Amino acid sequence: MSAMKKILTTVAVAATLIGGTAQAETTRIALVVKALGIGFFEAANKGAEEAAKELGDVEIIYTGPTDTTAEGQIEVINSLIAQGVNAIAISANDPDAVAPALQKAMDRGITVISWDSGVAKEGRQMHLNPSSSALIGNTIIKLAADHMPDGGDVAVLSATATSTNQNIWIDEMKKVMGNYPGVNLVATVYGDDLADKSYREAQGLMATYPDLKAIIAPTTVGILAASQAVTDAGKIGQINVTGLGLPSEMAGAVESGATISFAIWNPIDLGYAATMLSYNIAKGATAEPGAKIGMGRMGDATLDDNNEAAMSDPFTYDKSNIEQFKSIF
Amino acid sequence: MNRYLQSREVILSAAILMLILLISLRFPAFIAPANLANVFNDTSPLMILAIGQMIVILTKCIDLSVAATLALTGMVVSLLNIAAPDLPLVVTIMIALSLGAVLGMVNGLLVWKLNIPPIVVTLGTMTIYRGVIFLISNGKWVNAHEMSPAFKALPRHVFLGFPLLSWFALAVIVIAAVVMTRTTLGRAFYAVGGNPHASVYTGLNVGRTQFWAFTISGALAGLTGYLWVSRYAVAYVDIAGGFELDVVAACVIGGISIAGGIGSVGGAVLGALFLGVIKNALPVINISPFWQLAISGTAIIIAVVLNSRANRPPGRIILKQSEPAA
Repeated sequence: MSAMKKILTTVAVAATLIGGTAQAETTRIALVVKALGIGFFEAANKGAEEAAKELGDVEIIYTGPTDTTAEGQIEVINSLIAQGVNAIAISANDPDAVAPALQKAMDRGITVISWDSGVAKEGRQMHLNPSSSALIGNTIIKLAADHMPDGGDVAVLSATATSTNQNIWIDEMKKVMGNYPGVNLVATVYGDDLADKSYREAQGLMATYPDLKAIIAPTTVGILAASQAVTDAGKIGQINVTGLGLPSEMAGAVESGATISFAIWNPIDLGYAATMLSYNIAKGATAEPGAKIGMGRMGDATLDDNNEAAMSDPFTYDKSNIEQFKSIF
Repeated sequence: MNRYLQSREVILSAAILMLILLISLRFPAFIAPANLANVFNDTSPLMILAIGQMIVILTKCIDLSVAATLALTGMVVSLLNIAAPDLPLVVTIMIALSLGAVLGMVNGLLVWKLNIPPIVVTLGTMTIYRGVIFLISNGKWVNAHEMSPAFKALPRHVFLGFPLLSWFALAVIVIAAVVMTRTTLGRAFYAVGGNPHASVYTGLNVGRTQFWAFTISGALAGLTGYLWVSRYAVAYVDIAGGFELDVVAACVIGGISIAGGIGSVGGAVLGALFLGVIKNALPVINISPFWQLAISGTAIIIAVVLNSRANRPPGRIILKQSEPAA
């Protein structure tokens, strides 16, 4: 009886120990996105899952609010803190509003990095830019200028007037405008990432500037709505819509000719790299200026003075490769 | 009473004309007939939804789920189009109308049978319908290249000089005007909202009338759902996000009393056009996006103030002065 009891106790203790160690070994990384249901972030999740498979002992929690608000993200962050995840990798809806909640997470020993859309410096350990803002700014104007040998008027159709990344890209674009003589930026309008408002703004641009040669939309909703507006106005060939979009969404516009080419970094790579960085920092890598942190197959990220790093150059999609990529993301 | 309504519509029409003239001072091309036709076409979805909302508001209710119903129906017909690209468009439109009607009936039944306040019911169904879109689409977008060419072409198809989208709006306006002024059901909407107690004594079932109002609003939102996704050639969870507020604003500007019983099809249409003109003008008059929001808001408040002043009932003598004794 006593021996039996002893065996049972040992088994129970052993089971608890095994269970305990198994749990401690799995690193739980939360991928917090701007809102659920956006193709770009769904693709990033694919990359994160790929990284998790490669690392083996990682569980990805893909989460975010149902609409793109900072309030929604704060709720999500608080619940992740309560769940005690090991790392949070966030694409923020507002750089400042989510910072206090993330600071609370870091106080509890959770690794916090931001990716895609950044968080204020005090609210994260590092930020991973999909590309450098300067490269993106140059890419979007180059995409337009490449198809305007004689120069002409271009206009920008952005997301909201307060979007962090769109504003930075447009500023970077304006800095390099001098390298493209003859190309004039005549207006910057805001479609608020709503299909109907973006469509109307694009119509407004065509009415106001009859000589417009290109519309640059560095946002997925905007580029799609502008392509549709140009198609409906019968101005394919006259106005080229370009900017940043997703291959699966832009396939129709490229086929019709409303968009000759557009660019985007690979969101799968971005989710992959963000997961790799979160893992490495959670496992002890220090995020400090000048540090090099591994991103698996994407190479190393080198942090600058603001603890920011760039992943890679944006990639251009056109008629030649759209078929291949439209089924991927 | 009729003269009274008429005069309010005249005031609103004058305001819209003034607005168009003011805009054309700054951007002359705005007043070109082709551009005005464009504005009408762009405002068509808002007009159709405003008419449905007007009927609901007439019965002392409100339907906040219109935009969600629109989005859900739009997603369902888009997915259906992927699954069966050769489905005749007439069938697609019938499905959109009936699905919208069923979604409206859910609101109507909850209001009628369970006596829940309409604002609570539709606030709830609004969220539920958005959630259902997410579930059926797995959060994915339906993109232009996945829709069949015929599916996308219908609202743009030009018939007698106007796109079919505009013709849909015109048809809804004419049918609604006839129903609201010439049929028992139409008059019942006014009676139920104007004086619920009196309408019970005249043999009208208040709850059932409200149920039909929600059903009609749902069906119109369903129709708009198809027109919306085919026009913008994209369907995703957030389409027409926040549009229910524009619809209610159009009704309020159009002189439909939130207290029920007062309003007309013409008012709803003019209210929608007023907003449509502002929305289409702001991009071309080249002002800061922050001012745009303030200007839209101010225009709504000014219109409502003017309307409520025009609506104020004149004083009535309830008790007569004492009559000289016989």
